[in-house]
Amino acid sequence: MRRSDLGEFEEVVLLAVAALSPSAYSVSIAEELEHETGNAVSTGAVHAALQRLEQKGYLRSELGEATAERGGRRKRLFTVTALGGRVLSDVRAVRNRLWDRIIPNIRLEWS
Amino acid sequence: MNPPRLADRLLTWFCAPHLREEVLGDLHERYAIRVKQRGEPKAKWRYWLDVLAYVRPEFIRRQPEEYPQPTNTTMLRNYLKIALRNLTRNKVSSFINIGGLAVGMAVAMLIGLWVYDEFSFNTYHEHYDRIAQVQSREYGEHGVGINNSIQYPLGTELKKNYKTHFKHLVMASWNVDNVLSAGDTKVSRKGLFMEPAAPEMLTLKMVYGSRAGLNDPHSILLSESTARALFGDIDPVNQLMKINNKLDVKVTGVYEDLPLNTQFNEVKFLAPFDLWVSDNAWIKEKAMTDWQNHFLKVYAEINPNTDFETVSANIKQAEMKNLANFPEQAKLTPEVFLLPMRDWHLHNYKRGVIDQGPMQMVWLISIIGAFVLLLACINFMNLSTARSEKRAKEVGIRKSVGSVRSQLVNQFFSESFLVVVLAFGLALLLTFVALPWFNDVAAKQMAIPWTNQWFWIASLLFIGFTGFIAGSYPALYLSSFQPVKVLKGTFRVGRLAAIPRKVLVVTQFTVSVTLIIGTIIVFRQIQFAKNRPVGYTRDGLLMVEMKSGDFYGKHEVLRTELQRTGAVEEMAESMGKVTEVWSGNGGFNWKGKDPSLDDSFGTLVVTPEYGKTVGWQLVKGRDFSRDFIADSSGIVINEAAVKYMGLKQPIGERVSWKFQDQPILNFRILGVINDVVMESPYEPIVPTVFMIRAHGLPNWMHIKIKPTVSVSEALPKIEAVFKKLIPSAPFEYKFADQEYALKFAAEERVGKLASFFAVLAIFISCLGLFGLSSFIAEQRTKEIGVRKVLGASILNLWGLLSKEFVSLVAVAFGIATPIAYYFLSNWLQKYTYRTEPSWWIFVATGVGALLITLLTVSFQSIKAALVNPVKSLRSE
Repeated sequence: MRRSDLGEFEEVVLLAVAALSPSAYSVSIAEELEHETGNAVSTGAVHAALQRLEQKGYLRSELGEATAERGGRRKRLFTVTALGGRVLSDVRAVRNRLWDRIIPNIRLEWS
Repeated sequence: MNPPRLADRLLTWFCAPHLREEVLGDLHERYAIRVKQRGEPKAKWRYWLDVLAYVRPEFIRRQPEEYPQPTNTTMLRNYLKIALRNLTRNKVSSFINIGGLAVGMAVAMLIGLWVYDEFSFNTYHEHYDRIAQVQSREYGEHGVGINNSIQYPLGTELKKNYKTHFKHLVMASWNVDNVLSAGDTKVSRKGLFMEPAAPEMLTLKMVYGSRAGLNDPHSILLSESTARALFGDIDPVNQLMKINNKLDVKVTGVYEDLPLNTQFNEVKFLAPFDLWVSDNAWIKEKAMTDWQNHFLKVYAEINPNTDFETVSANIKQAEMKNLANFPEQAKLTPEVFLLPMRDWHLHNYKRGVIDQGPMQMVWLISIIGAFVLLLACINFMNLSTARSEKRAKEVGIRKSVGSVRSQLVNQFFSESFLVVVLAFGLALLLTFVALPWFNDVAAKQMAIPWTNQWFWIASLLFIGFTGFIAGSYPALYLSSFQPVKVLKGTFRVGRLAAIPRKVLVVTQFTVSVTLIIGTIIVFRQIQFAKNRPVGYTRDGLLMVEMKSGDFYGKHEVLRTELQRTGAVEEMAESMGKVTEVWSGNGGFNWKGKDPSLDDSFGTLVVTPEYGKTVGWQLVKGRDFSRDFIADSSGIVINEAAVKYMGLKQPIGERVSWKFQDQPILNFRILGVINDVVMESPYEPIVPTVFMIRAHGLPNWMHIKIKPTVSVSEALPKIEAVFKKLIPSAPFEYKFADQEYALKFAAEERVGKLASFFAVLAIFISCLGLFGLSSFIAEQRTKEIGVRKVLGASILNLWGLLSKEFVSLVAVAFGIATPIAYYFLSNWLQKYTYRTEPSWWIFVATGVGALLITLLTVSFQSIKAALVNPVKSLRSE
């Protein structure tokens, strides 16, 4: 796996899709990320990242139902593909291995 | 509660269509959440930021089209094919379209060339923008006067004390005829005596020799045509020749003739200024220090680092500060200034103020040209819109077969561009053919600037503009039709659609009628002035200028010799030609003169037989006679002078004349003649005094040929006498009637041009009308058929079809009349002796326009009315 294939924001978005499944779409993801990080996240940025992830094959999408506050417009729902899931767990494994190698003393110094 | 609409619109504009739904939905949902959480204002603000966050290539980029797009050339070829088929199918309307537009464009081109020529006057000289003429402004009792000739000492003053401003400062003589002779060949040419820097300043293009040629005090530079006339096709440099049979000079150069659109175009030779000074002794004796004698022209080229305003401001007092000994002149507080070369032609001075005439002429002609072109464009638009309604069905079918709107737009535009390009080609051809004739009428030397890039750029712009305007209606309007409606037949072009067309027709006829009225009045004015009694006989009256000293002192012998030939009735000498009042003066005194009158008379010295020669008519008293010696102090005056002087019994009255500082002359009035038109036939007659003995000498001879002898018979005999008695000068003469006719030249030129444009305007308008009426008759074929079946007569139908156009022309006439009346009475104001714009001209023009309209329209309407209703009703 080439690490450069997945940007940091993309990775977070991909994670969020996995976490929010089956009702993961731009608004819910943006709201969730804003809630989690405390920074403003625009749907535009999220949507762009979703499109890129779909192009890479980590996500798949379909049009969902329409609601009144959407003005009767349908939403595009995203789910993680098998490839996406494997990439996520790969990334996580790399992180975990690295975390585990940090000497406990140093972790103490940070907290 | 709703998100900002403007932001939505912005998003819809930039966002790719296939993403719009989800994107807008997301935005709106989030907005609703935000309103709940943080209130509306914050939500609105965030909404804007969110919208802007979508400005990314992945949202802007459009999805590729679903259908394949044929390459442009394929479609274009198809459009052109269809366009050509359409053109050949409707031959008449295509002809009207292309022909009318081509005529209009050709007129615009001719006028464009004319205007360009006017504005490029003098640009032949490379230092055009730095050359000027030194002039002075004087403030006299009668207002401001402009002197375009200046005094010798002013020239020296400028050279001495203001040298730093000028690159060249060149004194020059007047441009008058001189006799040039080389061996036995003699010609008479206008030329200037100028200082040696002149050729360099005027950047003459030398064919032989160099621009430094005038440095030799006995040299001459010839124009190419003069050199050819004198020496033939050889290189004449170093040949010897004579000016006026007394100045020996050597040819040191030949320059290319100056083109017609330069002020110096008549200058056919240049000789050194010093030669002229040495030839005219009075200059050295008196004029070199005389600040009152204006007899020179001074041309200047200023230095590159300065401008005319600065130099003018600097030299303003150059004359005034030297006038200590010339109180008379100082009273006029003369100011010296520069008149830049670029203003010589179009912004020159006339009687102390800038003459508006030339610029007005340029404006007038360009406005007329613009109107003719407008008429042609209107035709083009009218016909293409009228035709395009017929093509609504075609649009419907094309659309239902799968044509996209942009393709229809392209199709209609390429059709109109094709027509415009064809018309442009035809217009170029027409211009090329008409240019010699136009040059003749306009007295110019113009050529199509094939190599000038601006000409082509302007043409391209014009083609683009006309094609776009004319094509925009069918292209943008027709292509928006809904195929279902059109094909089902429920589609109707509204009644409003015809209104712009009507307005355009009215505009066309307003312009045409105005032009026609204008033309008629211009010609009436010319005719009116031509019919003015001239007061003398022009027929068989020959005029010979006494160009050199050889002519003088031979009056008696010439007269007897000429009369002995049997061809000449009488011969006399006079100051100036009979077609001009050559000199004018004040200083006269008579019994009962109003002391406050600042008198001014034409003062002409003549020999006693002058009256008999020109054939003036005596009203009172008698003519000069050689039998009375006392007649040498007699004068003959004209009726205008009698009126001016306020004399009841003019015969025998004594008149005295004090001319400058000369001794007083005393005269007695011998006779009164009727008014003789010597100056402009549009102006009142100048009070004129004819005398035998006065200041100055006659300079023209007038020869009256016997009425029984034909001119062709008389001329060789007269020439023989001149050859014998004055062998040193060429025998050159002018006919009085031709000279008199020249006075009408300017007006006749305007008249000719105006009538040309008026005829074209009415022609183009009628073409358009013809096309429109044929179109309408075609459109109403069925209606006419039904009417006929129900019993309508041909006359009824003819009225029905013609009524509309006649009323349009009537409206146009109503608009044109006051406009024409206003402009033409203004134009006539500038003539003292003028015709009135009488009502019948307007009526005649109106009736004429109506008749032409009826003729044009009737052709089509009668044709439509005559069609057998069986045929027209069976057509479907």
